[in-house]
Amino acid sequence: MRHHLILRVITKLLVGTIFLFALYVQFHGDYSPGGGFQAGVIMAVGFIIYGLVFKLEKAKAVFPPWLVHKIVALGVLVYAGTGVYSLLVGYTFLDYAAIDPHSPVHGQHLGILIVELGVGITVTGVMVAIYYAFAAHAPNLKDEDW
Amino acid sequence: MASSVSLSEPIHHVALSLADQLPILQIIIPFITAPLIVFLGVRQLAWPLAFLASVLCVVTSSLLLKQVIDGSEISYQLGGWAPPLGIEYRVDAVNAFVLLLISGIASVVLFWARLGLKAEVPERSHALFYALFLLCLTGLMGVVITGDAFNVFVFLEISSLSTYVLIAQGCHQDKRAFTASYNYLIMGTIGATFFVIGIGFLYMATGTLNMADLADRIALQHDNRTIQAAFAFIVVGMGLKAAIYPLHLWMPNAYTFAPSPVVAFLSGTATKMALYVLLRFMFTVFQPAFLEEVPLIEAIILPFAIVAMFASSISAFAQRDLKRMLAHSSVAQLGYMMLGIGLFSHTGLTATVIHLFNHGITKAALFLGVGCYVFVVGGASYEKLKGLGKTMPWTSAAMVIAGLSLVGVPGTAGFVSKWILVQAAFEQGWWIFAFLIVLSSILAVAYVWRMIEALYLASPAEGAMSQEVPFLMLLPLWALALSTLYFGLFTDITLGAAKAAASGLMSGSSGMF
Repeated sequence: MRHHLILRVITKLLVGTIFLFALYVQFHGDYSPGGGFQAGVIMAVGFIIYGLVFKLEKAKAVFPPWLVHKIVALGVLVYAGTGVYSLLVGYTFLDYAAIDPHSPVHGQHLGILIVELGVGITVTGVMVAIYYAFAAHAPNLKDEDW
Repeated sequence: MASSVSLSEPIHHVALSLADQLPILQIIIPFITAPLIVFLGVRQLAWPLAFLASVLCVVTSSLLLKQVIDGSEISYQLGGWAPPLGIEYRVDAVNAFVLLLISGIASVVLFWARLGLKAEVPERSHALFYALFLLCLTGLMGVVITGDAFNVFVFLEISSLSTYVLIAQGCHQDKRAFTASYNYLIMGTIGATFFVIGIGFLYMATGTLNMADLADRIALQHDNRTIQAAFAFIVVGMGLKAAIYPLHLWMPNAYTFAPSPVVAFLSGTATKMALYVLLRFMFTVFQPAFLEEVPLIEAIILPFAIVAMFASSISAFAQRDLKRMLAHSSVAQLGYMMLGIGLFSHTGLTATVIHLFNHGITKAALFLGVGCYVFVVGGASYEKLKGLGKTMPWTSAAMVIAGLSLVGVPGTAGFVSKWILVQAAFEQGWWIFAFLIVLSSILAVAYVWRMIEALYLASPAEGAMSQEVPFLMLLPLWALALSTLYFGLFTDITLGAAKAAASGLMSGSSGMF
């Protein structure tokens, strides 16, 4: 990829913006279109485009496969953990009112934000894991093959 | 502005006790343990956590069954949203019974897997294996406990996707596990798609997804084509997952090439879960009155039940591999359960539900035994099993007991269910079915005899070295084998629960809470 100067520079510029946009979609999801799933995919795209342009190994150095596994599990734990919290304080599973009993509407708001964060984390992990799994099977392209 | 202020007012809330949370605990204990195992990533912790979760599931499901065995029902609202809009978990005698079966078999199989899994799956995959196992358990139990039709589909996919990977784990033994798993993936996906198409049609015609609410609305429009089409899609889709006779083709290969603990678990639970969903949709959502109007029972269920009982028994006899033989016999045994539905009476459904349980523990015992043989001799073809009755006396004795239960010899669990099935046939005056049940049992004698012949009568291959498996692997096997005897002699629990379940099913939906 040495001589693909434009691709490399643009990618370096874009990756940060992509991550920022992912965070915007994540945390603005309750006011505008978006949410955890979309944000997770956008976040993963940041890693995937980095891997595509700068080789898989570089991407794996930034986001190692063992960490991807943990991230996948972590998101589910965040989601389910929210439910378990509401269950422990005497509400039904995933009743977000439990988060702020004095102001249930605020509780619902906060609850959906936390749960969507869990979704975002897991989707990021899964998308990157799928990319790693497929990319690892493909033979590396040489520069001359382009 | 005024309304938003009033919304933020504190709402009086009565705190729920842990006992009220049992229905959700049943599902989230394995569901949280699975990602926890992956997150911790410590191989030594994987098995203890998985086993602990499955044992806790057994505890919760027995507590649930205790509450509902008198015919009452429990409703649990997820997220505090009231049904029919919110998702509801509904526990009654039928699904509490199936929950106990699923969680019980899961914990017995997991106990066995601590030593037995090493022979078939390399240790570096163990943590992920147990996580998947728990996800599969979550999915199976979720399908059973939920009272929301779309939620059934979601849990069905959780269990199916993890099942595909679990079956493919057999690739360390035989690469054909990949194609077997892929085959099942295609068939299972078609089944799940058909099921969700059916749900979509139901939603189109009724505008609701809650099972009790669906039942109320379907009762008003039996002649609606959309609803009839939905029924057809749901029966075919679930029939594929349950491996009902003409739709069973994925099953022999999947069961042959999957690791033994996976097969022991799936044979006792996965097809049973699908059969439960069929029962639930046929009798609770569509209700008996609808079934009398469509030609399903006499045109499809009864004939195919009979064909399954014979054709699959004969093909089971023709197999040269114990695992494959047992897979074919599972299809034949499903024929009995379908026959129970086909008889369309209280006794018939009692037979179906009790056979679901009895066959579950019998098959799990047999497949665990197969796992013991694979552990020692590395395969389960009759050629390899020759003479193992002498070198592995304890495993083989348990296999004989479970085999007798498969045939339905008096004193075993298999006898109880066949006896009730015969009774149900006589009740309807259809003695020909009673005769066919006995006749197909003779075929079962033939295929079980081939196993016994290989184990006890054939002389071992020269130079073959084999010894008994460790005690900790014999323990779960014998627990299952002895329970087939126990439930054959003392039928209070199983028959009581099955009768309560059948009454619940025959009376249709109990309506919304």
